[in-house]
Amino acid sequence: MNHWPFIFAAYGATLLGVGGLVLASWIGMRRAEASADSLKRRP
Amino acid sequence: MIHALANPARFLKLARPLTPVLLWAGVALVLFGGWAGLTQTPPDYLQKESVRILYIHVPAATLGMGGWAALAAASLAYLVWRHPLASLAARAIAPAGAVFAALCLITGSIWGRPTWGTWWEWDGRLTSMLLLFFVYVAWIALARADADRGGDARVPALFGVAGTVLLPIVRYSVVWWNTLHQGQSIGLTSSSIDKSMLWPLFFTGPGFALIFGAVVLMRMRAMLATQKVEARLRRMAAQ
Repeated sequence: MNHWPFIFAAYGATLLGVGGLVLASWIGMRRAEASADSLKRRP
Repeated sequence: MIHALANPARFLKLARPLTPVLLWAGVALVLFGGWAGLTQTPPDYLQKESVRILYIHVPAATLGMGGWAALAAASLAYLVWRHPLASLAARAIAPAGAVFAALCLITGSIWGRPTWGTWWEWDGRLTSMLLLFFVYVAWIALARADADRGGDARVPALFGVAGTVLLPIVRYSVVWWNTLHQGQSIGLTSSSIDKSMLWPLFFTGPGFALIFGAVVLMRMRAMLATQKVEARLRRMAAQ
């Protein structure tokens, strides 16, 4: 049995999972901090 | 130290510069360790090439379990000292821990097919890890429901502390129920895996841990900013 497709699938799933988690957290943080900053600037 | 960081302004002063440092250091370590694990180590005499899944599966399992330990520690800090940041930290840790627990199950299942000849078996380790994933999902749902009804986060904190009972079950499942999953091969001071195959794990393990830390900081910063917006809007509405 060729093991490489399984290895790539495992690494791909990890890349997707961790990448998605980081991206979602980063976007959430940027949005929330931008909204807090824009509200602070409002008179 | 904990009490000093419980101040949101002091926490943000530290978290803002620390977030990119943790993230990029983690990414660099994972990329190097992943490359080394895929190209620089020999295949195992028994598991052949599929042993390379080790370099992502073991950190995912460690962070899935370690995430709950951190969530429980934050919950305990909230119950004892009532620091709002501790409750926030628990809410930030939970999704990251759930993702790593899920990745542990997914990579383990993919590893199981060429090694054991099956994607899944109701073995002690696999079942207890699946249970830990479900407990994460239940905790996230409970914390969200508690926040929606304006609760004081005490119930999720109690659940977080009580959930630690699962950790020794997952940890010792391979000893108590010796079925399909291999026994413990990596300890704190020794390992039964040959050094020529083990070393990339010393890069991917800390690397994923740093990324986990960066995610927690990003989520805590987002929650603090959201709280600030809500407080400001309430003040504006009251005027």
